[in-house]
Amino acid sequence: MSKFQLRRPAKRRLPLEWLGILPFVAFAMLFLVLPTMKIVVGAFQTSDGGFTLQNLIDLNTASIRSAYWTSIKLSLITALLGCAVGFAMASAVVFGGLPKRVRSPLLTFSGVASNFAGVPLAFAFIATIGPAGLITLELRDLGINLRAYGFNLLSFWGLVVTYLFFQIPLMILIIIPALDGLKREWREAADVLGATSLQYWRMVALPILFPSLLGTFALLFANAFGAVATAFALTGPQLNIVPIKLFAQIRGDVLGNPNLGYALAFGMIVITGLANVTYIVLRTRSERWLK
Amino acid sequence: MTRFLAWTAFLLGVLYFILPLIGMTEFSLKMRRGEYSFDAYRAVFGDPRFWETFSYSLTLAAATIVFGVLLVVPTAYWVRLKLPQARPIIEFITLLPLVIPAIVIVFGYIRLYNTSSILPLTGSALGTDILLTMGYATLALPYMYRAVDTGLRTIDVATLTEAAQSLGAGWFTILARIILPNVLVAVLSGAFLTLAIVIGEFTMAALLNRPAFGPFMQLLGANRAYEPPALAVIAFAITWGCMGLIQLVTRFSKHERAKV
Amino acid sequence: MAFLELSNLEKVFGTNRVVTDFTMGIEKGEFVSLLGPSGCGKTTVLRMVAGFETPTSGAIRIDGQDVTGQRTNQRAIGMMFQAYALFPNMTVADNVGFGLKVKGVPREERKDRVAEMLRLIGLPDLGSRFPFQLSGGQQQRVALARALAPRPRVLLLDEPLSALDAKVRVSLRNEIRDIQRELGITAIFVTHDQEEAMSISDRIVVMNGGIAEQVGAPFEIYNNPRTRFVAGFVGTLNMLSATVEDPAERMLTLAGQRVVLARGEIATPRGETVTLALRPEAIHLGRAEGCEVALPATVEEVHFLGSVIRIRARVAGTVVALDTFNRPDQPPPPPGSAAEISFAARDVILLAD
Repeated sequence: MSKFQLRRPAKRRLPLEWLGILPFVAFAMLFLVLPTMKIVVGAFQTSDGGFTLQNLIDLNTASIRSAYWTSIKLSLITALLGCAVGFAMASAVVFGGLPKRVRSPLLTFSGVASNFAGVPLAFAFIATIGPAGLITLELRDLGINLRAYGFNLLSFWGLVVTYLFFQIPLMILIIIPALDGLKREWREAADVLGATSLQYWRMVALPILFPSLLGTFALLFANAFGAVATAFALTGPQLNIVPIKLFAQIRGDVLGNPNLGYALAFGMIVITGLANVTYIVLRTRSERWLK
Repeated sequence: MTRFLAWTAFLLGVLYFILPLIGMTEFSLKMRRGEYSFDAYRAVFGDPRFWETFSYSLTLAAATIVFGVLLVVPTAYWVRLKLPQARPIIEFITLLPLVIPAIVIVFGYIRLYNTSSILPLTGSALGTDILLTMGYATLALPYMYRAVDTGLRTIDVATLTEAAQSLGAGWFTILARIILPNVLVAVLSGAFLTLAIVIGEFTMAALLNRPAFGPFMQLLGANRAYEPPALAVIAFAITWGCMGLIQLVTRFSKHERAKV
Repeated sequence: MAFLELSNLEKVFGTNRVVTDFTMGIEKGEFVSLLGPSGCGKTTVLRMVAGFETPTSGAIRIDGQDVTGQRTNQRAIGMMFQAYALFPNMTVADNVGFGLKVKGVPREERKDRVAEMLRLIGLPDLGSRFPFQLSGGQQQRVALARALAPRPRVLLLDEPLSALDAKVRVSLRNEIRDIQRELGITAIFVTHDQEEAMSISDRIVVMNGGIAEQVGAPFEIYNNPRTRFVAGFVGTLNMLSATVEDPAERMLTLAGQRVVLARGEIATPRGETVTLALRPEAIHLGRAEGCEVALPATVEEVHFLGSVIRIRARVAGTVVALDTFNRPDQPPPPPGSAAEISFAARDVILLAD
């Protein structure tokens, strides 16, 4: 803070260097910041431009509340499971004594799978565990009816299973370098000092990994929260999650109030924003030991 | 014990990832009753809309890559060379697309650039194409910037620039002849990743109402049974191809360096 | 029985035998260095003592207790690593207190011990810093304090000085030695730097190809190297060939001159060739007092190093290095000039190959 107060205006030069990033700033303004601002401002405006909180208040309907709740639940669960499974697979490869040969294919595959999201991913899962999918039919031949057990691909849990296909690889891609960053000497030092494996993980490894884990979790959360295509191709417009609701609203004003659309989108920004602010706060608190 | 757990975790994971791939492949071959055939693929490739939308998306991906490189390389270079104090801001901006959902961004576009605005991009097909390209550039920005910036970190930007300047090179020459070739691998990695993202993108294209590959796939999925898994196999192959190309250029560059 | 007993240790990785029949007893409070080139097996021996590697055969006993099959975290040893290996997420104090914490030592007691350790390494005020805020030398001293805090039975040092710059390396090695003496702790020090090993060890084990070639005090190793490898690895050595005249009388001929050795057993029969070794400081320029052997030589190179002048001269077909002290009234001979060198027969080392 004091740095800014001490700065003398006389020393200010013509900031010619800043002109070099002008194209980038213009692009970011026009196609990232201003469109987002438009949404934020619109959420607080009446249809004739006056200030109002009514749009936000109007979000408080049973249907919209449930959409937000489902979306948050979906994002939290897929981010958590994605982190957990991705972590398990990554540490299996890094520490579990698996042959070195599996590492490179796993990374390549993760790169592919984390980008294999959207419409084709939905098709792949429909073909596999949809009503006429490969596994569904195989299991039926074995006398197991997935439907009878309450599983339906076109439902919340179906969506969870599908989302994990890109969530887990994303976690693997980010966490493997972090696991590689754990030095063998730390493990050995802890060992020599008498720590058990559990103590090493609890007191050394996990605290060191914590920022990466947290960051990936926030990323996975936002990733699932904003995903439209997979859900839309899987279930069509009827599933009640926020991005699909917003999609329908943009296409045909299904809410019957254009500014309510702004409020809906604003809510999405707030939630992913909050997730990231939480991440940044926790990260700065846990990362005092980093340069 | 550890090894057993590791294998279990790994194999369960592999099973989860391989089953949908088998599922979609198997399903896509089942169009003809009672035997496996490539009928679904024949139907997909015989559909003129497939080629139209695919080449449209490919064109847009190319435009996005060109625009992205022209935008990101000079900026990342300039920030490293002259404006290290702008780094945190630039990095923050490049990470925003990971936080703000694409659907929100495109919603902003539609409202900001509608026919009654100062910049009525959505008023014409060309304008909308430009808008969509910008949208894709936004989506690819985090990956592109990260790739190029990492590439720049491995070379000594300041020394190279001073050396080029002392030999009389201008800014354009420095960027095109010195910096770009040195970060070519990074740029190509970013480009192929952009291609993988753009080619099947659905949300932006659908909401801007453009005839792209993503919306086409969605439409087909809503109306047909066997063509969608065939499309999924094709899309998966394209994604795999993009990642394979990234590996290829990276490996190639390592060999080049090793030779020197 | 010695405090730390290593009996017939062997380690095989796949088809690669890294350590062969390593046997040694180390007394309580002794400082022993394992010295050798990289890949000689010295680190593997240390890692077997730490428990990171299990010996293929052989046994390790600490204070009479067989620890060969014991897990590392049960062995009560301390270790310093080449790359410090401080936990980056903990303060200096938490690092030093780690071993006590996992043992369940109460907070107050821990705090006292940490403060005591920080005083011992001369960094009493840095307890609240994080490792990245310290210099390499400071980090390595913290690593020493961390290793010593739980009062280990043995201190293992795995090239702890090689990541530091030259000045710090010398001062820290003396500090480590002082603290080790003060606490009377048994220490094994792995290094590839012969000067380092000589300056701080009670005994040195020179290792080559997984085998301990010679064990002895630094003075002994330097002056009486038993094999050509030890002689060559510890300090600079000049090799000369001589023909055996009379094995019983230790009589040889070297470049036409008769030499009678003062020590060593000649097992080679008459007429065969043996290798003699001479330290550079044992050879003198000109005919020096007390030197029975004098040979004609040609000066090839002259390196002025300050207090010492190192000269390379050609003698009887081979090039030898010799050191003379710098004296302002005696300029070194120019390269190419003819000279005479001399040495005393008692300085000649007979190598057993």
